Amino acid sequence: MRFVQEFRDAELGRALAHDIRALVEPGRTYKLMEVCGGHTHTIYRYGIDGLLPDEVELVHGPGCPVCVLPMGRVDDGIAIAHKPGVIFTCFGDMLRVPGSRGSLLEAKAEGADVRMVYSPLDALAVARANPERQVVFFAIGFETTAPSTALTLRRAKAERVENFSCMCNHVTIVPPLRALLDSPTLDIDGFIGPGHVASVVGVRPFQFIPAEHGKPFVAAGFEPLDVLQSIQMIVAQLVGGRCELENQYARVVAWDGNPRALDVMAEVFDTRERFEWRGLGFIPRSALKLSEAYAELDAERRFRTPGARVADPEACQCGEVLTGTIRPWECKVFGTACTPERPIGTCMVSPEGACAAYYAYGRYARERGVTV
Amino acid sequence: MLDIVQRTRSRPARFRDAQITMAHGAGGKASQSLIEGLLLPALRNDALAALGDAGTMSLAGIELALSADSFVVTPIRFPGGSIGELAVNGTVNDLAVSGARPLALTLSLVLEEGLATSALSAEIEAVAQAAQTAGVRIIAGDTKVVERGHADAMFACTTGVGAVDPRARLSTSGLRPGDRILLSGPIGEHGMAVMLARDEFSLQADISSDTRSLWPAADALLEAAGPALHCMRDPTRGGVASALNELVRASGVAALVREADVPIVPAVAGAAELLGIDPMYVANEGKLLAFVAAERGEAALAALRAVPGCEQAADIGEVTLEPPGMVLVDTAFGGRRVLDLLSGDPLPRIC
Repeated sequence: MRFVQEFRDAELGRALAHDIRALVEPGRTYKLMEVCGGHTHTIYRYGIDGLLPDEVELVHGPGCPVCVLPMGRVDDGIAIAHKPGVIFTCFGDMLRVPGSRGSLLEAKAEGADVRMVYSPLDALAVARANPERQVVFFAIGFETTAPSTALTLRRAKAERVENFSCMCNHVTIVPPLRALLDSPTLDIDGFIGPGHVASVVGVRPFQFIPAEHGKPFVAAGFEPLDVLQSIQMIVAQLVGGRCELENQYARVVAWDGNPRALDVMAEVFDTRERFEWRGLGFIPRSALKLSEAYAELDAERRFRTPGARVADPEACQCGEVLTGTIRPWECKVFGTACTPERPIGTCMVSPEGACAAYYAYGRYARERGVTV
Repeated sequence: MLDIVQRTRSRPARFRDAQITMAHGAGGKASQSLIEGLLLPALRNDALAALGDAGTMSLAGIELALSADSFVVTPIRFPGGSIGELAVNGTVNDLAVSGARPLALTLSLVLEEGLATSALSAEIEAVAQAAQTAGVRIIAGDTKVVERGHADAMFACTTGVGAVDPRARLSTSGLRPGDRILLSGPIGEHGMAVMLARDEFSLQADISSDTRSLWPAADALLEAAGPALHCMRDPTRGGVASALNELVRASGVAALVREADVPIVPAVAGAAELLGIDPMYVANEGKLLAFVAAERGEAALAALRAVPGCEQAADIGEVTLEPPGMVLVDTAFGGRRVLDLLSGDPLPRIC
C-alpha cells in the first residue's frame, strides 16, 4: 500500500518519539486533547501513547459523531425504521448505539428493514432499486461526512428520486470546541486538531483557539507518524513559548478548506438554532438541518418524527469523558455495566469512542497512578 | 484500567438479550454469551464444556471426535470456493484442529424452492470433490425444501466423525507460557473474498477464499511436535483475534503477538484498509493456529511450511502469563495494544 505504509514507518516513529522525549521539560506536564475520534483510534490501534514520555498526556475530545448523538435522535430514527415500507439505512457504527428502548440492530431483529451502507450514495442506490419503498438515510458526522450527504441529496433532487429522504444529524466542530474552551474547569494545554474536518472547513476557523484562548492548535493527519509529528509540533510550541495555528496535514488540508465542499453544504444545509449533544447538553448553532430548498427530502418532515428527548442514563458519565474532565476508566460504569457489547453510553459504541478505544486497545505500557 | 477490563472479561458470560440479533452469529462476544450463557447451562457435560472445535467420546476403547457445522454463506459461490466445498472443509477442519483424523461426514441440505438444479448439482459436485481431497466419505444425509424466501438459495449442515490421534493431547486449556504461536498462512482471505463477492462496495480485488482441508497441516504438526503440540484452532468467524482470545481465556494465560510477523497478502491488507476493517478479525477457512512448546517450535514451523499451501506459515508470537485472559499485540509501528474479542458484526454470513 503505497502512500500509506510510508506514514507507518516504525523507525521514523522511534525518531519522532525520541525528539518529543528530548523536547519535554522535566516536571512540566503537557495535556493535549485529540479532538477527533479518528485520532483516538489511531493512538490505540498503533500503541502511540506507549511511545510518549510520561510528561505528555492525551485527553479525548468531543469529536466522535456517534458518541455525541443523544438518545432521543436514536429513538426518532428507530421510530422511522419501524414505519411500514421503510428501508432505513445508516453507517455500521450507528447500528449498536443504544436508544432508550434498544438499538437499530435490535429494531432490525424485530423486523424493521435496517441496512448498513458505506456511503450515502449507496443509500440512494437502494432507493433507486426499490422505488415502491421509502428509503431513509440516517446521516451522522461532522463536516467530514456532511459534504457527501449534501452531494447525495443534490443528486437525489436532480434525479427526482422521490422515495429517498435523509434524517440529518450532522454537527459542526467549532461550537462544541468553543463551549469546551469557555468552561472554567478546562485543563488542556494544546489541541491535536481534526484533520478531516479541516480538509473541508480549512484551518482558519480554528484561529480563535490560539488567538482568544492561548492554546496551540495543530491540524493533524491520521496515520501514526502524523499524530506523533503533531504532538511534537505542539510540544515544541509549548516549550518554545509559542502559541500558533499550525497545519501538520498540509498534504490534504488547505488553509481555507475545500470551497466546492463548502458550497454544496451551504446549498443543502442550514444551521439549526440549537442541537442537543450527548453529555454536553444543548449547544447553540452547532448542527445542520436540510435547507428550505431541500425540505421535501427531509425525513423528519416526511415522517413527522416524534422529536423524542431522553435524558442521558444517570450512571453514564459520557459528558465528563467528552470534555476531558475524567478519563474513560474513571467513569463509574466503565468496563462493568458499560462494555462495547452492552454499551450504556455512546463513548463505548464506536471504535472511535474514547471508552471503546480504551477498552479494546487498552493502555498497557504506562503507569500513571492507575494500574493499567 | 486493565484490571477492570480483565475482571469483566473473565466472568462467565450471561445471556441477557431479549432476541437474537446478527451479532449473535458473528463469532465475537455476543456469540460467546449465547453459547456460554444460554446453550451450555442447559446442555452441560464435560465434552461440551471444553468448548473445543469438536467434542470427544470413548467408544469401546476407541477415542472419537465429533463435530457439526452449518453453512449459510451468501453468495453460495465466491472466488476460490463455494458453500459445498466449505461445508466439507469446515467440519473436516474442526476435527483436524482437534487432533482427530477425519473419517466420515453426514450432509444435510435445506433447499429453497426455486433453486436451479444446475446450482444444486454444482454444489454436490463441490462436496464430492472436497470430500475426496480431504479423504472422507459422506455416509449419511438428509434433504429438506422450504418455501421461497425461507432460506437463501441453500443452507448446508455437516457432521463429522474422526479418530483422535494418539501423538498429542490437544486441549483448548492446554496453552502454556512460553509456547510458540504458529499461524499456517496469510490471514483474512476467505472473509474478504466473500465480502467483495457480494459486490456491495464496487471494489474489485484479486482475493480468493482460502478454503481447504487442514488435516495435512495438522498431521505434519502432530508428527513434528508430538506431545509438544498443545492446541490447534482454525480461526474462522471472528478471525485470528477471536480465536486467540478464546484460547487464552480457556487456558488462563496471555498471548503476545508480533503484528509485523502476521502474514497477509497485499490485496487483503489493501481491501481491509479501505473498508476500515482490522484483518485480524476477518474469517479464514483454511488456516490454523498452533501452540507448540518452545523447544519444538522451530521443527514444527519447518514441518508446517513443507505442507502444500502453508509455505508462508509463520511464528507470530508467544504465550505469556500476564495479564491472564488477554491478547497483547506489539504493533508494527512499535507500540503495544490489547487485541480484544470482536464486538458487533462487521461481516455477516460468511460461512
